[in-house]
Amino acid sequence: MNDPTTLHGWGRTNPTPARVHTPTGVDEVMAHITEGSPRGVIARGLGRSYGDPAQNAGGTVLDLTGLNRILTIDAEAEPPTVTVEAGVSLDTLMRELLGHRLWVPVLPGTRQVTIGGAIGADVHGKNHHSQGSFGNHVRSLDLVTADGTVHTIGPDTDPDLFWATVGGMGLTGVVVRATVEVQRVETAFFSVDTDRTTDLDDLMARMTDGDDNYTYSVAWFDAVTRGKHLGRAVLTRGNKASLDELPAKLRRDPLRFVAPSFGTIPDLFPNGLLNRATARAFSEFWFRKAPRHAVGEIQNITQFFHPLDILADWNRVYGPAGFLQYQFAVPFTEGVAFRRAVETIVGSGHVSALNVLKRFGPGNPGMLSFPMPGWTLTVDLPIRDGLAELCRRLDDLVLSAGGRTYLAKDSRVSPDALRRMYPRLADFAAVRDRVDPDRVFVSDQSRRLDL
Amino acid sequence: MNDAFGAPQTLLLLGGTSDIALAIARRYRADGNLRRVILAARPGPRRQTAAGQLRELGLEVAELDLEARNPDSHATTVEQAFTAGDVDVVVFAFGVLGEAERAWTDADHVLEVAEINYTAPVHLGVLVAAKLRAQGHGSILALSSVAGTRIRRSNFVYGSTKAGMDGFFFGLAEALRGSGVSVTVVRPGFVKTKMTAGLKPAPLSVTAEQVAEQAVVAARDGKQVVWAPRLFQLVMLVLRHVPQAIFRKLPF
Repeated sequence: MNDPTTLHGWGRTNPTPARVHTPTGVDEVMAHITEGSPRGVIARGLGRSYGDPAQNAGGTVLDLTGLNRILTIDAEAEPPTVTVEAGVSLDTLMRELLGHRLWVPVLPGTRQVTIGGAIGADVHGKNHHSQGSFGNHVRSLDLVTADGTVHTIGPDTDPDLFWATVGGMGLTGVVVRATVEVQRVETAFFSVDTDRTTDLDDLMARMTDGDDNYTYSVAWFDAVTRGKHLGRAVLTRGNKASLDELPAKLRRDPLRFVAPSFGTIPDLFPNGLLNRATARAFSEFWFRKAPRHAVGEIQNITQFFHPLDILADWNRVYGPAGFLQYQFAVPFTEGVAFRRAVETIVGSGHVSALNVLKRFGPGNPGMLSFPMPGWTLTVDLPIRDGLAELCRRLDDLVLSAGGRTYLAKDSRVSPDALRRMYPRLADFAAVRDRVDPDRVFVSDQSRRLDL
Repeated sequence: MNDAFGAPQTLLLLGGTSDIALAIARRYRADGNLRRVILAARPGPRRQTAAGQLRELGLEVAELDLEARNPDSHATTVEQAFTAGDVDVVVFAFGVLGEAERAWTDADHVLEVAEINYTAPVHLGVLVAAKLRAQGHGSILALSSVAGTRIRRSNFVYGSTKAGMDGFFFGLAEALRGSGVSVTVVRPGFVKTKMTAGLKPAPLSVTAEQVAEQAVVAARDGKQVVWAPRLFQLVMLVLRHVPQAIFRKLPF
């Protein structure tokens, strides 16, 4: 028996202890599941979920990062595929694939997530409107269920279990292996158009009109400025750059993966460093540093996708009280509710510097998958008095607009609200009744949400 | 399970008819995350009334029998409290003031006060701590008293029992460090409740709501001790060092 390790999510809230095992083979995963733990088992990857889905107070946590082999890359197939163990990170996979002129189809806001985590949370990226979420690209996966057996499932093989697992937050079993359809690329660069927009209406209108011309689209918006320029934003949209779009200098090494690291943020920041003044300064800087209008700029992966990955452990900047990320989606027809939510956040006195707005395309059949056609907004909020009330007000707005919040970001929604957000929870429970009737797979999140 | 703000969903009140315990339940309800309260108390109309009040707040309430002076019943009470799922916060709120002059002259009465105020809390404390350690999370709020900090002639039996239980829970907080379980010892001064009805309020008296507010915030922040009102920490720091010859003459 190893000693309990205290675990928390990326938001650093509500830590709890669990016995952590790091299996290096599927047989070890099976053994840990069948040996039984009175407090159950949950899988964990790189700990990038913000709240409590990858921790299990008093129980067992399987750290899947020991299952880290890339098994086969089939670059000749159409579409090309890759088969990997679940603990491989998207960062590792991406570096490997580039050598084969291949590309990971869905990249969330960080590359430091595992394949298992990407499936469990059904992560999405800037290309959701054009290419869907991660689950859309999974051809099959191996899942170890509560009885210790391996099920190979896919959209055509036990689709119920497959679509309960995609977005299912690890509650159907442990994903140990997956085969994913990938994309061909000529370069590791992007051709990017940038626009500064004057206010929220301008932003939403431009996204509605132009998003379909781009594979990737996202807006950073200013959640501090009130009044006339409420919701002013920097809209960046682009496509993968072809070889002939690159300047001569980059053309010599078109698949070069530019991912600098400026080191790790030390764990010494106090609470309250992000306040109205610093957020205002940051927002002004971020807005002004973007060009008013630029077309066809060539950007690397870090510039375009993952500016925060330059600094490891950036979540420490928020101090020991931690933070949460509130991400919701509402249907396109609820533009008014969306605007009200933005006004509620900006007017609340709670400040957020990292705010992302995006249009989702169609969702997939994942029973607990988050994306739905409509607008999605993400804000980062440090834990302070009054934040619980703000989040509940936003929940009410989201619920009355027929929207939902994202389980991979969640650390505080109520079980009742969740039931109204995810109408297919009964289907999800039915699948679990079949494969895990005794509820071997539990997490702090599943306890909190009565899942 | 607590949420990101440290707000609990399930509350176990040992001594569930105490004014402070009920104020704590109302305070957690106002936080917005509380769903279920387990009221452990003697059966009877007081428990029924308390349960009714909490149900009116939209809470799911379970009633359990608690007989502080029957230690053989304690394990069952604790077992039942945890059968429906995890408990996030356990409040030790039962106690008696006793009759001060009878308590040091009547051997039966001193035993009663000692069993209710000390033996039962430590016995239940061990049983509850085992449950919380197994679930890997949870908080204990132990209602002590400033009366246990510097023992006064006027109620020294009560004071001595509170000194004992205070020490136990303070030590339990240390023993449980790293287990995911925290313990907060709450040291109120004179609280205007049914327990003190008819007594003349002492200086720095507080209401049950004020104690609840401080207790809930302290538990959320993982504080080991909280004084209600806060000023008592300073007052008692001084009073603890006043020579007995002078202390004896002080007018309270």
